[in-house]
Amino acid sequence: MMKVVVGAGSCGIAAGAQKVYDALKVQNGDKVFTLTVTGCNGMCFLEPIVDIYDEENNLTRLVKVTAEDAERIANAVKSGDLQSVSDLVISDEDAAFLTKQTRIALRHCGVINPEELSDYEATDGYKAIRKVLFEMTPEQVIEEIKISGLAGRGGAGFPTWFKWNAARSSAGNEKYLICNADEGDPGAFMDRAVIEGDPHSLIEGMLIGAYAIGAKEAIVYVRAEYPLAIKRLENAIKQAEEKGYLGAHIFGSDFSCKMRIKAGAGAFVCGEETALIESLEGSRGMPRLKPPFPAQAGYWHKPSNINNVETFANVAWILLNGGEKFAAMGTEGSKGTKVFALTGKIRRGGLVEIPMGKTLRDVIFDIGGGIRGGKQFKAVQMGGPSGGCIPADLLDTVIDYKALGATGAIMGSGGMVVMDEDTCMVGMAKFFLDFTAKESCGKCVHCRLGTKRMLEVLTRITEGNGQAGDIELLEELCYSIKDGALCGLGQTAPNPVLTTIQYFRDEFEAHIAEKKCPAGECTALVTYEINPDKCIGCTKCAKNCPVGAITGAVKSAHTIDTSICIKCGKCAENCRFGAVEVH
Amino acid sequence: MECLCSQVQSDLSLLEPVLTQYAETKGSLITILQHAQEIYGYLPQDVIRHIAARTGIKPAKIMGVATFYTQFRLQPVGKYLIMLCKGTACHVNGSDLIEKTITEALGIRDGETTEDGLFTLKNVACLGCCSLSPVMMINEETYGSLTPEKTRAILADLREKAKEDAQ
Repeated sequence: MMKVVVGAGSCGIAAGAQKVYDALKVQNGDKVFTLTVTGCNGMCFLEPIVDIYDEENNLTRLVKVTAEDAERIANAVKSGDLQSVSDLVISDEDAAFLTKQTRIALRHCGVINPEELSDYEATDGYKAIRKVLFEMTPEQVIEEIKISGLAGRGGAGFPTWFKWNAARSSAGNEKYLICNADEGDPGAFMDRAVIEGDPHSLIEGMLIGAYAIGAKEAIVYVRAEYPLAIKRLENAIKQAEEKGYLGAHIFGSDFSCKMRIKAGAGAFVCGEETALIESLEGSRGMPRLKPPFPAQAGYWHKPSNINNVETFANVAWILLNGGEKFAAMGTEGSKGTKVFALTGKIRRGGLVEIPMGKTLRDVIFDIGGGIRGGKQFKAVQMGGPSGGCIPADLLDTVIDYKALGATGAIMGSGGMVVMDEDTCMVGMAKFFLDFTAKESCGKCVHCRLGTKRMLEVLTRITEGNGQAGDIELLEELCYSIKDGALCGLGQTAPNPVLTTIQYFRDEFEAHIAEKKCPAGECTALVTYEINPDKCIGCTKCAKNCPVGAITGAVKSAHTIDTSICIKCGKCAENCRFGAVEVH
Repeated sequence: MECLCSQVQSDLSLLEPVLTQYAETKGSLITILQHAQEIYGYLPQDVIRHIAARTGIKPAKIMGVATFYTQFRLQPVGKYLIMLCKGTACHVNGSDLIEKTITEALGIRDGETTEDGLFTLKNVACLGCCSLSPVMMINEETYGSLTPEKTRAILADLREKAKEDAQ
C-alpha cells in the first residue's frame, strides 16, 4: 500500500501542515493509502512537506503543499501515477540540503512517526538499552562515551563521560538524571525538533545515562513554550511505561528508572544547570555558587547529572555503533556531528546536522544556499546571547569548539542567525543586551547592573547620542562583567558586544562620530527622502503620512519635510515605485 | 489607590483537585501555579493566598516565584493573547515592524490589554519557529512569515470572529 506522510512539527503545523493532513484524510475516506505524520525533517524553508512512499519504499517528496493540493495528491497516489503532481516535487538543488548532511541526533526526525513506539523500534529503537543492561557495566558505558568524545551539546561543550563519571562516583544511593530541554537560546530549535520528531530516542539516551550514573529517577525540564513537544514526550513516556521500558525492572533486569516531565515557566537563566535545579525545586531560578557541582550536590542536594537533549539523542547511536565510529567524525578536539539551526536572511533555512570540522561557509553557502534576495553576507551570529557575530572574512573557520571560541563567538547550542548588509551591528549588540538585561536573575551585581548600564550606552549610541569614549566604556564594562558575574549567563553576556566591537568597530564609530547608521536600520539616524526621478505623484505616501509631512501636487514629484517627519516608514511601506529612499 | 484584593472572589473549589494532588509534594509550587493560571486565566491574589495556606509556603515566596517567570500573570488577559516573538531570527527579519503594526492597529503596547478586553500583547523571547520568522502565536496557534498587511488581516479576522462568538 502507498504511504503518505505529512511533516507535522510545530513549524510545519504553523505553515499549514495540519490543514494539509486534514484535507488528505478527507480525500482518503476509502483508505486506499496509509496516511500518517512525522516530525520535522529540518527543511523548514519548504514546509509543509508531504512524503509519498510507494510499495518498494521509494520516496517522492512534495514541498510547499497547500490544503487545496490535497485532492490531486490523493488522486495521484490512488492512481499510482505521480506525474500530475510533478510541479510540487522537490528540486534537486533543494533536495541536496538533506543529502549533504550526516544525521545522528536527527536520524529519525522526519522519518518515523513520533507518536508510534513501533516505528522507533523498527529502526533499532531500544536495542542499545537492552545491550547496555545485559552486556555492559555502568563503567563500560562511561568508557564507551569517553571513547566517542561526546561533549555537551547545550553550549559549554563539557565532556559527557566526565560528568557521568563524577555523578557515578559521588556517594549516595539517591541520584537524579536531568535533561535540560529549556532551549532558551533565541534562534535555536533543534531540541524541540528532536523531542517532537523522535521522543523515544531521548528516553532511551536518558535511560542509558541513568544506568551509567546509578539514577532511579529521570526528569525532563521542558520549556512551556513547546506545547507539542510536551504532548509528544508525554505520549512516548506513557507508551514506554506500558511496555515495561520505563519503571521497575526494565526489560526484566535489575535496573529500575522512572521518568517525568517538568514544564518550565519561562526564564532564560534556567538553562544554567544550578538555576534549572532551583526551578525544579519550585523556586526562583537563580544560580547557585559552584562548587559544589550538581554531580556532588544537585537536585535536593543529591548527586545529579544534567545533559542537553541533543547530547542524549546521540547516546543510543553511540552504544549501538561504538564510540570509535562516532569519534571517527570531526576534528582533534571536537568529535561527532553537531546540529545547527540555520535562520535569518538565509535562502534555505532549517536544521543542519554535519560532522564537526566542516567550515561555516559549508553550512551557510553550500547547504544553506547563501543570502536570499541577492544581498551581501555580513555576519553570522552563533551561540545566541552568550555568543558573538562572526564576519565574512572568517567564514572558513572550521566548526570546532576551540576554533569557534577563538573568534570570540562560541559553538553554543547551535543557533546560526545569518545577517546581510541591512542589519545594523550596533543594533544587534543592543538587541542581545536588551535580552540579557531582561533575563538577568538579579542575584549578582555585575550582571544585574552591568548589563543595564551597557544597554543604556548602546541605546544612546543607536539614538544618535553616543559620546566619545563610549566604545572604551563598553569594553571596560564587558571585562568587569566577565570577571565578576556568578554564572554563565553573566559571564558570557558581554560576548555579543565584544565581538561586534572587534569586527565592526567602524559601525560603532559611524554611529558615534558621524551620527550615521551605515545599515540604515537605526530610525533616529536615518532620513527619508523621495527620489523625484522615481516618484510619479500618485499621492499615496502623502495620504498615508500620519503627520502630514509630505506635500506635492498630483502627478508631480512629492517631498518630505524632514522637520515634521517622525520616520515611521509608512511612506516607504506604501510606495509602489520604490521612490522613498532611506539614507 | 484603594486595594482591590478583597474584591476579587475566585471560586477556590476549582483548584481543589490540583491541591489534593500536589500540595503535599515538595517542589511543586511552579506546577501548582501553572494549573491555577490555566483555571483562572491569571493568578488572582485570593488564589495565591489560598495556595499559601494549603501548602504552607509563604505568600511572599509565591509572589517571588510568580513574578520571576514570564509565564505567570497577575492581571487578567484578553480573549486573544498575542505572543509576539522577539527572538534573534525574528529581530533580523523585522519583528519590530510587526510590533509597531500591532500597536497601531490595537492601541496597545507590550503587556497591555485593549479596552474591550479582546487582545493582550506580550513580547516573548523565542517560539522556536525561527524559519517562519517573524512569528506570533495567538492562543496556541502560530502565524508565520508576517508582514504588516498580513498582521492587520489576522487581527481583523479575530475581531470579526469575536463579534460572531458574541452573537
